[in-house]
Amino acid sequence: MTHPFPFSAIVGQDEMKQAMILTAIDPGIGGVLVFGDRGTGKSTSVRALAALLPRIVAVEGCPCNSATVDAVPDWAEGVGETQIEKPTPVIDLPLGATEDRVVGALDIERALTRGEKAFEPGLLARANRGYLYIDEVNLLEDHIVDLLLDVAVSGENVIEREGLSIRHPARFVLVGSGNPEEGELRPQLLDRFGLSVEVTSPDNIEDRIEVIRRRDAYEMDYDTFMDHWRGEDAHLRKRILAGREALRNIETPDDTLRDCAQLCIELGADGLRGELTLLRAARAVAAFAGASAVTRDHLRQIAPSALRHRLRRDPLDEAGSTARVLRAVERVLG
Amino acid sequence: MKDLIDTDRDHTWLRAAMAVAVLAVDPAAVGGLWIRARSGPVRDRLLSALQAALPQMRRMPPNIGDDHLFGGVDLSATLSSGRLVRRTGLLGGEPALLLIPMAERLPPALAARLSQALDAGAGHALIGLDEGVDADESLPHSLGDRLGIHLDLDGLGQSDCAVLEPVSVGLARQRLKDVSVPEHAIPTLVTVALKLGIDSPRAVVFALRAARALAALDGRTSVDEDDLVGATELVLAPRATQIPLDDTAEPDLDDTNPEPPQDNADPEEADSGEDIQRLPEEVLLAAAKAVLPADLLARLAAQKAPRKAANHAGAGAKRKGNRRGRPLPSRAGRLDGQSRIDLVATLRAAAPWQKIRRTLTPDAPQRVLVRAEDLRLRRFEERSDRLLIFTVDASGSAAFARLAEAKGAVELLLAEAYARRDHVALVAFRGEQAQLLLPPTRSLVQTKRRLGALPGGGGTPLASGLKSALELAQQCSSRGMTPTVALLTDGRANIALDGSADRNAAAEDASAMARAMRAQATPAVVIDTGTRPQTQLRGLAEDLGAPYLPLPRADSHRLSAAVGAALEP
Repeated sequence: MTHPFPFSAIVGQDEMKQAMILTAIDPGIGGVLVFGDRGTGKSTSVRALAALLPRIVAVEGCPCNSATVDAVPDWAEGVGETQIEKPTPVIDLPLGATEDRVVGALDIERALTRGEKAFEPGLLARANRGYLYIDEVNLLEDHIVDLLLDVAVSGENVIEREGLSIRHPARFVLVGSGNPEEGELRPQLLDRFGLSVEVTSPDNIEDRIEVIRRRDAYEMDYDTFMDHWRGEDAHLRKRILAGREALRNIETPDDTLRDCAQLCIELGADGLRGELTLLRAARAVAAFAGASAVTRDHLRQIAPSALRHRLRRDPLDEAGSTARVLRAVERVLG
Repeated sequence: MKDLIDTDRDHTWLRAAMAVAVLAVDPAAVGGLWIRARSGPVRDRLLSALQAALPQMRRMPPNIGDDHLFGGVDLSATLSSGRLVRRTGLLGGEPALLLIPMAERLPPALAARLSQALDAGAGHALIGLDEGVDADESLPHSLGDRLGIHLDLDGLGQSDCAVLEPVSVGLARQRLKDVSVPEHAIPTLVTVALKLGIDSPRAVVFALRAARALAALDGRTSVDEDDLVGATELVLAPRATQIPLDDTAEPDLDDTNPEPPQDNADPEEADSGEDIQRLPEEVLLAAAKAVLPADLLARLAAQKAPRKAANHAGAGAKRKGNRRGRPLPSRAGRLDGQSRIDLVATLRAAAPWQKIRRTLTPDAPQRVLVRAEDLRLRRFEERSDRLLIFTVDASGSAAFARLAEAKGAVELLLAEAYARRDHVALVAFRGEQAQLLLPPTRSLVQTKRRLGALPGGGGTPLASGLKSALELAQQCSSRGMTPTVALLTDGRANIALDGSADRNAAAEDASAMARAMRAQATPAVVIDTGTRPQTQLRGLAEDLGAPYLPLPRADSHRLSAAVGAALEP
């Protein structure tokens, strides 16, 4: 079996990689939205992330990856007593997926053939404690979007249909990708993503050549290539684990809180989710960097990703959100 | 001139032959083939060559269910045997090569899933048969990007196309993994791609693989310049988004012709010299230029056009589906992985037969004997998207200030469309005829770009503007949207449909077109942007059966409010 393209071998796209690593350090940041052109490594990086992430401990056979035997929902069947290590789940939500497949539904086959009422868990159950990846999220049907919003907020999937009454935890990091030329995302859904990044094809020729070289090496000389990059990935994984560990000891000075608030006021971002995400993300940045407290540098580093999708759309502003955030950062943080 | 065209055609068919051979060597390496051609003898000839070269090719019926394609539960078998029977889909197991007929009608959701299947690296390949007539009707581009080779057979006649003899590829397949790529090949291909304006790195990866296959076909174990030229023609040239600039003087290009043989004669030199490294790039660019499609620019415009998001609920007309909305009575059908079963209705349908079925199959383990024909599927009624077609007079008489206000109003309405889930399209008419400036979209990025570039001045071809709007409305309602036309003009039509500057004919044509639009039951609103209300325009509004709003001093906010009010039922 071939492994996906290694995360550390992705050329450039630092903002996207940073965002993904931060969610691995602190899943509470919320999801990542990646908007950009075709072929810029959006899906590659998500698949690579799956291979990069540290493994989780889960009860064997549990449909929603429960950590302990006590936490296994009572409707689950065929669940063992032992805990095993397994890769962090990264679940694909395909565009055409039906409601049944996403939230889970009555197990029709069993209902019809054996006359039993059983629950067939959906993608949300499988994504629990992991990642849910939606490619072309801007083309996703509205009713599925509504469902996701609801679950993403509550962290719990509630099924009340076809005579079933079931709930199970569904805490996952939402990763969406898409091409803005094909349609925009509803503001409500935009707001649910913690970080948003814009990716473009590398504009310098050396980077482009390197992209093709690595891709070619991955395909033609798989073993040597993987041997080389597996080490890099392991190193990165170690840093993520260290970051998780360090996260709870990161100090947040009052000045930082003030800076966060000031930035959001300056930008006129709606609600308080902007400040909260900015703060959490900055702490994760600090933890990843091995710092002991959040500084203005950390804020500066993450502000565009945390805030660019929270601005009110101004149809007459040509500059775009990123430029507006950068201007505000300049004014507030100096 | 005629000779030139003939060689062009020969060349196209040569490329087709080359594509078949490359695909035959390793279909999965290049992801597949995107054939743009109407159905006919030329395409049949290509397809039979493909079928001969790739016997594993299977046709994917357009109405294929998800369970057949990606695997799922075989419900009929499950019901009859009384235990769970799963089936692997076409893309579920062994590497598959699928032929997708009518690829231009492929729903975006299915295209996305097929893209995922290709990305998964299971060795699948697809051949998309795209019969699109216009440039804007084509295979979804996210999938097209993943099909390595693009072929356009448009304009080929049967006489241009010799029957393709099957090539034996067994040896080439064996050789393929030993084919080496010279040091300069990747930088060269990347530079060429850059000069052709190709953003996606996938293209270069495919080109490299195609070059390998070409080398293997030719019996070599290293990629040479001819292979790179071939790969450029097959993979890179059809994706060009710009015509490469001639930054080198003509004599340089001439110089390249005697150069390649020397390259082959002395490979060491080819790798070392900076000068020689520059050369293949020009050869490649020249080759790419030779096969660039003539209508490149028109195609680009279409490529940038937004794709309609699948099945968004909106404020438009009703449409029947089985996914969501208000429930309707359920109907017999087959579970295809997309629809939802109506369990109660299914059991009700099965109930009367239980006694008979039990006597027929007394040993059946099931408590309830349900057959596939009992299945009832849920159906829902939902509302389709609303589309607002702005038809804007950009003529000299409409005055530039009005144009600026119209632009402002469109942008405002688009911002509001977020809340209402409306789409917006923009038709402008000026000079001799109308032009579709913005195909239906919800994208602010696109709208701002197109609006900013809208020029003003010239005559008022009102009839032509209405005609374009009507055509767009028909096209979009066939795609499930509900269009409304907002006409912004000062009504002084002076260009007739045939382009002649005849005031009377122009007025007659406009009124005839308005009646045609009314006959199609396309709702409209007429906004008079003239300094004084025009009786002529009031007449036109009556022909349209549309409300008439004289707005002598309208700013974009009032305009937007007026249109919003006129559209509310």
